[in-house]
Amino acid sequence: MIDPGAVDLARLQFAITALYHFIFVPLTLGLTFLLAIMETVYVMTGKQIYRDMTKFWGKLFGINFALGVTTGLTMEFQFGTNWAYYSHYVGDIFGAPLAIEGLLAFFLESTMVGLFFFGWDRLSKVGHLTITYLVAIGSNLSAVLILIANGWMQNPVGSEFNPVTMRMEMTSFWDLVFNPAAQAKFVHTVSSGYVTASVFVLGISSWYLLKGRDLEFARRSFRIAAAFGLASALSVVVLGDESGYAVTEHQKTKLAAMEGMWTTEEAPAGLTVFGIPDEANRTNHAEVKIPYLLGLIATRSSDEVLPGIDQLEVTLKQRIESGAIAVGALERLRNNKDDAEATDLFAAHKDDMGYGLLLKKYTEDVTQATPEMVARAVDDAIPPVAPLFWSFRIMVALGLAFIVLFAIAFWASAKNSFEHKRWLLRWALWFIPMPWVATQVGWIVAEVGRQPWTVHGVLPTHLSVSSLSSGEVMLSLAGFFIFYTLLLIAELYLMFKYARLGPSSLGTGGYHFESGGGMTKGAVSAPVSKKEF
Amino acid sequence: MLDYETLKLIWWLLVGVLLVGFAVMDGHDMGMGTLLPFVAKSDSERRVLINSVAPHWDGNQVWFITAGGAIFAAWPIVYATAFSGLYFALMAVLWAMFFRPVGFDYRSKVADPRWRTAWDWGLFVGSAVPALLFGVAFGNVLLGVPFNYDDDMRSFYTGTFWALLNPFALLAGLLSLSMIAFHGANYLIVRTEGVIQQRASRASLIFGVLMVLLFALCGMLVTDMQSYVLVSGPEAGAMQSPVGKVVEMQAGAWLGNFDKLPLLWVIPALGFIGALAGMFFAAKLKGVLAFVSSSVAMLGVIFTAGVAMFPFVLPSSSMPSHSLTAWDCVSSERTLGVMFWVALVMTPIVIAYTGWAYRIMRGKITIAHIEANDHSVY
Repeated sequence: MIDPGAVDLARLQFAITALYHFIFVPLTLGLTFLLAIMETVYVMTGKQIYRDMTKFWGKLFGINFALGVTTGLTMEFQFGTNWAYYSHYVGDIFGAPLAIEGLLAFFLESTMVGLFFFGWDRLSKVGHLTITYLVAIGSNLSAVLILIANGWMQNPVGSEFNPVTMRMEMTSFWDLVFNPAAQAKFVHTVSSGYVTASVFVLGISSWYLLKGRDLEFARRSFRIAAAFGLASALSVVVLGDESGYAVTEHQKTKLAAMEGMWTTEEAPAGLTVFGIPDEANRTNHAEVKIPYLLGLIATRSSDEVLPGIDQLEVTLKQRIESGAIAVGALERLRNNKDDAEATDLFAAHKDDMGYGLLLKKYTEDVTQATPEMVARAVDDAIPPVAPLFWSFRIMVALGLAFIVLFAIAFWASAKNSFEHKRWLLRWALWFIPMPWVATQVGWIVAEVGRQPWTVHGVLPTHLSVSSLSSGEVMLSLAGFFIFYTLLLIAELYLMFKYARLGPSSLGTGGYHFESGGGMTKGAVSAPVSKKEF
Repeated sequence: MLDYETLKLIWWLLVGVLLVGFAVMDGHDMGMGTLLPFVAKSDSERRVLINSVAPHWDGNQVWFITAGGAIFAAWPIVYATAFSGLYFALMAVLWAMFFRPVGFDYRSKVADPRWRTAWDWGLFVGSAVPALLFGVAFGNVLLGVPFNYDDDMRSFYTGTFWALLNPFALLAGLLSLSMIAFHGANYLIVRTEGVIQQRASRASLIFGVLMVLLFALCGMLVTDMQSYVLVSGPEAGAMQSPVGKVVEMQAGAWLGNFDKLPLLWVIPALGFIGALAGMFFAAKLKGVLAFVSSSVAMLGVIFTAGVAMFPFVLPSSSMPSHSLTAWDCVSSERTLGVMFWVALVMTPIVIAYTGWAYRIMRGKITIAHIEANDHSVY
């Protein structure tokens, strides 16, 4: 019935389109706030250069934003196209934050972004500044609602199964909104966006400084990025820890895989700083471990045991067997809704029903599953260890590197010595791609760590897909691949062109490549163009 | 407060309102894009057209996204069945629409005429293809689409992509394309002047006439089309699954609601009156009135289709008893309730600040304005 090839291709399509979308999102989240900060300084001091900064970084923001919007279209409809059963099964809950995102956040961001670009001469200074803040608030509010939706997939609160409609239904809207998994994710994700934008501005400003052009413009941009970046980089790590704490509560399997915890240790467990996970032999080689640390971080206690994969498998086996009874009882109830015995069985086992559905990969009638099938389902229920283990370590290492970079940049900008630290400027320049690496592997940790589920403990991934053939999914995947590649080439071409051009692209006449060419102060700017109408 | 049946009815109306909002708002910039290669000849003229929607296209596109999100939240099984069934039609819409945001933002950032011409066609495709395909989709929904469910409520679409391109659906597609182009032309009358405005006025007349003729033709074809009747099923207000009812097929049944409640004829009449008034005002270069008229016309056309099918929203041609209706395709009472209050509060706020944004950016876009602001406009 379900084409297994289509499941893999649909997953690949989701991964590619979501990760691609998330190339553009973090920069939007952070750059909007940096623009608001720059414009605030402009409004408070009246210095023209801050207006030019807002406009120039705003231009780069616009190039990025256009693709963010484009790729967001895909995400809004992909649940319906490739994940139709998921959409039916959980749309009652999952659809709500998506629709609210449109009404509450995306309309605000998108309407105001037009005024941000084109309203400079038509709004008062404070009026335009307000618009810039609304763009920032709108984009960050979008992130809240998307992460409420995603948080529910990680930790499905406020919902229960309805046998009449054969789907999950909402029992509490507020539980959904105030899901702890969503809250921790939100702060962690938006802070990582602020870091991304700060590294972006810091790196490009450093390049101007290295080239010795538009110095005044670059210095001021550097300082703002250094300060905002330091605060954000600290917040990512602190709230990353909060996010990790939420993981231990809700997804012990993800934590065990992320940390390569093959066996359960006595509390508090040690933290593996480095190791090479060996999935075949269920052990880590060349392990470097700090005793006690993981247990203390993850449970915030010294005596709570963190289950390793060995112990989790015991629980999973019980839940899968119990879930199979629930699935069987539900099928009996569908044929005869007055079957009292089935009603009782279903009520007793329904919390494990999702685990029973894991067996559907191997047999239609899960009540007849063999011990061998159960063992395979148990094995499926542990996410792949090596990719999670490595992704997580790359993310954390980069997170710490950002703190060091911004701490030095901030200190140097306080001492006013950064222009002469060419190594720092080069570091900042070559580090531009790193926030993207960190945010991409961050999503891999979050989403691969949720496998084999789309909704943890409720709906397995392999049941969530549409009834499409693998050929159909392959064809749409090829389409996305071609269009996304073309668009990325155009985007990078423009981004490099305008970053190289620098503030000269504003046509004010006062920057490096313009009439006053070679004049590097850049503080001079042409008078503001008057209203045309 | 509100019972389940009332909420279901309200959500049927709200989805209609969102579709009309999408047609009115995103429609006028899609209409602009459709007319772009024809109404504007030189690069400066094209920049005038593009800049007439430059501050607004993004906000307008959110009507499309929100309509998608609202259908997901309120009618999840419609979202699931329609988008996975009409798979490549939706892919074509999405891929075409990819060229809009980038087309707008990237086109004028490079001076090379080849680059600009390429994005102009990108904007044309991104506007005209979705406009056409939305109509094709509506046409197919009126005819019924082949799908059914298994015991787990997994949906199976048994048709092909090519079957969607049947004569009636293509006519509906052309109707939708004409009305969007008509509406876009009326918007351009408001925001341009001189020769561009004259051309827009002519385009408005051409597409206005086409819209009237195609709406009439589709209407005639519907009068004896094989259509669907809900014979029996659970009560409208009951919690229900879409597979527990009896549906019959009858020729001409889509006119049943109009026979039962003749007042409903006002709705198709609005389609014709709005279109005729739009052409009249366009000829006199009264842009705002023409724009309002074409908005009313689109409201008439969209709700005519909706009311004809009511309570059906997605009939199944292969298994009519699995057709989706406004009573059985909905979310739970709680979700509909929460979403109703969110929509009730937020929609007027969105409309208010959108109106304000248009007010701030009002006035004619001229070639002189484009040339004076070469670095800051599209």
